[in-house]
Amino acid sequence: MKIVVLVKQVPATESKLSLAAGGTDIDRAGLTFVVNPYDEFAVEEALQIKERLGTGEITVLSLRPHAAQKPEEALRTCLAMGADKAVLVSDAAFEGGDGFTTALVLAAAVRRLPYDLLLCGKQAVDDDGAAVGIQVAELLGIPHVAVVNKLELHPEARRAVAHRQIEGGIEVVEAPLPVLITCQKGLNEPRYPSLPGIMKAKQKPLEVWTRETIGLDAETVGAAGARLHTLRLEPPPPRSPGRIIQGDPPMAVKELVRLLHEEAKVL
Amino acid sequence: MSDPILVFCEQRDGRLKKVALEALGEASRLGAQSDRAVLAVVIGSDIAALAGELASHGASRVLIAEDAGLTYYSAETYTAILAEAAAHLQPVVILMGATAMGKDLAPKLAARLKTALAQDCVALRMETDGSLLATRPIYGGKLRAVVKAATPMMQVMTLRPNVFPALEAGPNHDVPVERLAIKADPTRPRAVVREVRAAAGGKVELTEAGIIVSGGRGLKGPENFKLVEELAAALDAAVGASRAVVDAGWKPHAYQVGLTGKTVSPLLYIACGISGAIQHQAGMSSARTIVAINSNPNAPIFKLATYGVVGDLFELVPLLTEEVKKLKAAR
Ligand SMILES: Cc1cc2nc3c(=O)[nH]c(=O)nc-3n(C[C@H](O)[C@H](O)[C@H](O)COP(=O)(O)OP(=O)(O)OC[C@H]3O[C@@H](n4cnc5c(N)ncnc54)[C@H](O)[C@@H]3O)c2cc1C
Ligand SMILES: Nc1ncnc2c1ncn2[C@@H]1O[C@H](COP(=O)(O)O)[C@@H](O)[C@H]1O
Repeated sequence: MKIVVLVKQVPATESKLSLAAGGTDIDRAGLTFVVNPYDEFAVEEALQIKERLGTGEITVLSLRPHAAQKPEEALRTCLAMGADKAVLVSDAAFEGGDGFTTALVLAAAVRRLPYDLLLCGKQAVDDDGAAVGIQVAELLGIPHVAVVNKLELHPEARRAVAHRQIEGGIEVVEAPLPVLITCQKGLNEPRYPSLPGIMKAKQKPLEVWTRETIGLDAETVGAAGARLHTLRLEPPPPRSPGRIIQGDPPMAVKELVRLLHEEAKVL
Repeated sequence: MSDPILVFCEQRDGRLKKVALEALGEASRLGAQSDRAVLAVVIGSDIAALAGELASHGASRVLIAEDAGLTYYSAETYTAILAEAAAHLQPVVILMGATAMGKDLAPKLAARLKTALAQDCVALRMETDGSLLATRPIYGGKLRAVVKAATPMMQVMTLRPNVFPALEAGPNHDVPVERLAIKADPTRPRAVVREVRAAAGGKVELTEAGIIVSGGRGLKGPENFKLVEELAAALDAAVGASRAVVDAGWKPHAYQVGLTGKTVSPLLYIACGISGAIQHQAGMSSARTIVAINSNPNAPIFKLATYGVVGDLFELVPLLTEEVKKLKAAR
């Protein structure tokens, strides 16, 4: 089973963010970057599949989202977890792209790799796009199942059965391989890289591919190809300052219910 | 008239999703400002009866793709139907709810149409050329992005539930109802829903709930979750949980609110024994009114809370349940 995992490097979720000059992007200086949490589920799932089948090859694939980021580090982390090889797609021409151009580049890169299964995260926790994986599948012409928290593979029959989380339940979806799965929490418990794993990762191949390697025209990618432009980033609207309700518990609760009823008008 | 606005109106089991009516409401407001028709598309089996409801909530025309084979959702089939309809109707924008279905369908459709996609929008503004300025939370709600399509044609946008008001149901009036031809492709769909299983647990779905009561590690153990559930029952609310509680196995992941759980924007969110970590806030900071009940006055949740009560939840939550019951009984 050949598995390709799409991995994005994102700012750690506890980061304090500020805007870069121009106001259309964050300032990346001084931030800590990590493997997108949902992509960890994808890597872990790939590892468990390979362990179960006793055979297979896992390639982790990442597109550099911004010149100031070093996704090599995220890819090394995945290699240390146990992935076999890594590909970083990186080119100045990719700067300023949107979800669609990201999917276009990743799909072009995936076409150069053998795969039976594509795994990615449900959503990148920076742009919260929840789109790239699904769009990669569409561009490759393969089916997808998104927001999956349980995955069964039947390699002989070349089929997958996935449980996908929906409102109030799950959809049980069956699809032929190759299929793209976007991974949701609950699928597994991602392992931490072990010390020997970290040592071994240093020897594993990490290739860097450019726009030319994957054969895309410059005007179709990056800012030139983006379908969606960011005009500005802004802080969320300020919440009106809250109020601590004083008094002994029965009084405080009475006052709370009165405020919810009369002031907030939500009861 | 300018190019129309297309709204994909999600239904499951013959019932329209609340957010489908919210999207229709927003489409009607945008349509009224810019002289555009609002076309509602509904896909499924046994759904013809929904046309009236769509018309009374703002649709100026209803398009129905109905077939016994469409009982379950299929990204492939729905994309084919909508792409075909879009090619024919040339909408300036395609709106749908940011639900499990909408968030799955919208990216595939946008990639098929090679157009712009903005997921989980919380505000829309239309410019004179039909461009939409869409505001969407990013970085787990720490920032918002104002985005705009490079070309204002068939922009695909999903709308966060509970944010856009639906229109009050108007008087019944007749609007044109048409059937969309469904071209059967024998090789598709390849991914097929075999079964839909209802989850055990809360009756009200978190992402759609008007009121949510959530419990955290402050509850001390799974057996005490009933305090939260009793308050939720009194309020007719959905039940949520922090990740600490889910990781401890007290509640399944479907209850989790936050960065790696669900994003909710109810009218009222009551956090009981939840510290309010940034990753929890990512899922609930757009709630209209937030109540925090926590024994630690320095808990970060109080920075977010509209109303906070500092104290022991084991005392406060049952009192609150009683007060709510009294209020409801008085009406
Ligand atoms: C990548 C990543 C993703 C994450 N995703 C999520 C997510 O989706 N959702 C999420 O919730 N978290 C998430 N977290 C975890 C988050 O950082 C917190 O650890 C978690 O939210 C804490 O849950 P809690 O508030 O229930 O527990 P705690 O932080 O332990 O808080 C318990 C609170 O209960 C209060 N308390 C204790 N006893 C009482 C009492 N008797 N009466 C009243 N109050 C009492 C305490 O004062 C305390 O504030 C994520 C973390 C990471 C790193
Ligand atoms: N730059 C990238 N490199 C590799 N994978 C990516 C990249 N961007 C997005 N993805 C994958 O697509 C998923 C969804 O991303 P998004 O649509 O941005 O929320 C992520 O969880 C990743 O698996």
